[in-house]
Amino acid sequence: MAIQTETHQTLDKRAPICNDFAFSVATKNGSGSQTSNNVLVMSLFRMGIPVNGKNLFPSNIKGLPTWYTIRASKEGYTARKDITEVVVAYNNDTAPEDVMNLPPGGVCITTDKIARIIRQRDDISYYVIPVTKLMRQATVPSAFRKLVENMTYVGAVAQLFDIPLDLIYQVLLDNFKGREKPARMNHDVIKLAYDWTAEHIVKSDPYHFERMDGTQGKIMMTGNDAGALGAVFGGVNVVAWYPITPSTSFVDGIIGFRNLRQTEAGENTIAIVQAEDELAAAGIITGAGWAGARSLTSTSGPGISLMAEFAGLAYFAEIPTVFWNITRMGPSTGLPTRTSQGDLLFTHFLGHGDSRQICLLPGNLKEAFEFGWRSFDIAEALQTPVFVISDLDLGMNNWLSDPFDYPDEAINRGKRLDENALRAFIDDHGKWGRYLDVDGDGIPYRTVPGTAHPFAAYFARGTGHDEMATYSERSDDWIENMQRLRLKMDTARALLPQPIIDDGRAADIGIITFGTNDEAIREARDWLANEGIETNYLRVLALPLAPSVSDFIDAHKSIFVIENNFDGQLTQLIRLEHPENISHVRPLALGDGLPMTPSWIYQNLIEQEG
Amino acid sequence: MPPRVNQLGLKRTEYRGKPSTLCPGCGHDSISNQLISMAYELGLDQHNIIKVSGIGCSSKTPAYFLGGSHGFNALHGRMPSVVTGAMLANTDLACIAISGDGDTGSIGMGQFKHVIRRNVPFVYIIENNGVYGLTKGQFSATADEGQFLKYYGTNHMPPIDLALEAVIAGCTFVARSFSGDAKQVQALLQAAVRHPGTAVLDIISPCVTFNNAETSTKSYPYGKDNEIPLHEIQILAPDYVHAQDEITVDDYAEGDIIDVEMHDGSFIRLKKLENDHDPRNRRMAIDVLERSMREQVFSTGLIYYEEPRPTLAQTEELVETPLAKLRAQDMRPPKSALDGVMQRLMPS
Repeated sequence: MAIQTETHQTLDKRAPICNDFAFSVATKNGSGSQTSNNVLVMSLFRMGIPVNGKNLFPSNIKGLPTWYTIRASKEGYTARKDITEVVVAYNNDTAPEDVMNLPPGGVCITTDKIARIIRQRDDISYYVIPVTKLMRQATVPSAFRKLVENMTYVGAVAQLFDIPLDLIYQVLLDNFKGREKPARMNHDVIKLAYDWTAEHIVKSDPYHFERMDGTQGKIMMTGNDAGALGAVFGGVNVVAWYPITPSTSFVDGIIGFRNLRQTEAGENTIAIVQAEDELAAAGIITGAGWAGARSLTSTSGPGISLMAEFAGLAYFAEIPTVFWNITRMGPSTGLPTRTSQGDLLFTHFLGHGDSRQICLLPGNLKEAFEFGWRSFDIAEALQTPVFVISDLDLGMNNWLSDPFDYPDEAINRGKRLDENALRAFIDDHGKWGRYLDVDGDGIPYRTVPGTAHPFAAYFARGTGHDEMATYSERSDDWIENMQRLRLKMDTARALLPQPIIDDGRAADIGIITFGTNDEAIREARDWLANEGIETNYLRVLALPLAPSVSDFIDAHKSIFVIENNFDGQLTQLIRLEHPENISHVRPLALGDGLPMTPSWIYQNLIEQEG
Repeated sequence: MPPRVNQLGLKRTEYRGKPSTLCPGCGHDSISNQLISMAYELGLDQHNIIKVSGIGCSSKTPAYFLGGSHGFNALHGRMPSVVTGAMLANTDLACIAISGDGDTGSIGMGQFKHVIRRNVPFVYIIENNGVYGLTKGQFSATADEGQFLKYYGTNHMPPIDLALEAVIAGCTFVARSFSGDAKQVQALLQAAVRHPGTAVLDIISPCVTFNNAETSTKSYPYGKDNEIPLHEIQILAPDYVHAQDEITVDDYAEGDIIDVEMHDGSFIRLKKLENDHDPRNRRMAIDVLERSMREQVFSTGLIYYEEPRPTLAQTEELVETPLAKLRAQDMRPPKSALDGVMQRLMPS
């Protein structure tokens, strides 16, 4: 307590800072802090404050350090910040470093036990909560004591920065699906800390929250839930998967939304199979796609590695199915709980031989939902697997978004012939062959098993085949087939979601990116513009690249490709597809396991541009 | 005389596939022939059958039977997962899947065990010759201990018994046969295709090129001399049970006939031969297979049968309409459903 009285005199003089600061909550994994952090984020969201919560967690069930960052921004910026003004230092292992990371004028909320072991800085505020003492007063069954201990910082934060208690209770109720008992238990602890803080702590910092109308009509959700909901509205029928971080909650999402697709009698139109491994998961969705269902798997890097063989088969046998790759940090097991954009090239070229896979690259919740349903239409229209490359940051963190738009296009099953259509096709063309390209777009017509026509059957295979799907080792058959597949990929370029381009500024610098860097880039561009550095911006939504990417590159003197991987993989792809006049294309590639920050982009772009 | 046709008015030749490209005399071709006969005799609709296989000599054979059925020559050892997906997509289909001893016993062991565990309804045929043919004669995991092959020397490892593995995994229909015993293969196929669960047929199918020496237990000469059928098998469809009854039962003493009633009301009638074996007894099934392996006795027939568990589609509580045939309105909830979800996620 002595510490805060020393400092608050000077700090008090600062102007109040409202709804524009960030927290870092440092706890031990498995200590129940997920609920506490979620309560804080959702409370701010309900206060109308644009907010984002990012969990930087370890690959561990219990004990290792975890940080949850919460950023409130009245301007609506939701990218991660390098520096947070407030730290809740509830992990004795990391507290000394957590405190040192605070900027001058920052705030440390900690426990009495931890306060004894951290170095004291005279340029920050310390608020010390006697957790053990408070928990002794709480009427919590001993089995839950450890799990609700973290609610003490919720109470302190609520008091210090003005979050209404009644609103917190509503959030708790939602969190426990309306069950009053656990909500009440947690709330009691929050209230104890809230009251204790009011009585004993003199606030010596300028930060506080205030209700505003920045989230009216908006939603908060994880990208995995958004993608899962999209898949449910896209007509997914067969889901096969093998648990792997950070994709597991994608299938959890489908399980949660499965009831939206049940019949009145409660029967399912979505089968969900937890396979024995990712090989089997890929096999199940390939078999289902071949037999005419809409199928999906969700996995991450190590799983994608195992799925490579089926990806090649589905590509070559031209079977529609959907793979979600919620990217985590590789190579190898890598950093299983950290985000990355490092699977772009591997996924795009997944499979041995000359294969090139369709990839969709969502950067926010709305796109995760849209690609959730649209991926099936694309897969069936092009008769090929579609890979949606999301990442851990989008997949597992809570994002703020406008509500999703209902699909604006009817379900498209592509060139799929039933008995009657097959009869008509044969009347028109004399014959039908599974890989016969009558439209000149590289996309043939397909039948599915169960089609009651004597000529409907064909033999799907990963071996060489001619346009009638007959086994062939002839070089001319092989070349013709590969040329048609290439033509199909070119057809795809126009059919896929087109890049989002903001090129309205008189700028020499063009920024290209994909995926979740979008928020950080948006903010960095504002900072740059404030310094008089104008930039134009293109965000790629799909691979193979759209022709407009080349136009954008040609229209700027300096191109920065911002990506969250180590090797600059999108840059490499651009060099491959757009080989002429690209000396002005440079990667700004990071790959440190964390969501990108505006300050990193800002600093590196200025440094490189000189 | 008009050509013989089945109940669908189809000739047997209409159930054929493309000409085989396997070695002349290959055991696998005999099995393909029995599959053609089975489908013809039972009057199966080819468009409601799928043929799925892995990789290897055996896995090429789906091209050689039932040309009117969709086929999928998939990946090495991964046929079971493809079948799982396809049979969830369309529960109206019947599936005949072909694998080999390498495809199932080595690379595909995991999927073999797990598809059985999930009880996907299909006929899982292992064309077992103890050797890798397409890569020219390596030992497979079912090769006999002590067996000698020209380029690879002596096999020092014990074989994996795939029928035993199937029983242990919880398979509800397990048979072993010999591709040289056409009559038995036919009877077992007719029973297996009626079984609403995974039905595993481990059929010893000699490789005439790489593993047909008399000393090999996977050879024609060995099989012909040593096969000991456990029973004589007859399949009695529900509609002709009674007629057949009168002719056959009298010839056998009571207790020498086991009628295994199947899910669709048909019977597998097993007539006792030299040994007592009741395939409804799991312990006996395991004993028979254990003895076969240890004493190198070539026992064939229906090894194990039990009333099948619910299929995967049943445990998933799927709608009756095959998922692959759902109408668009059953695949996309209305706008109000999305609005409802969005509403719940908004700050109230």
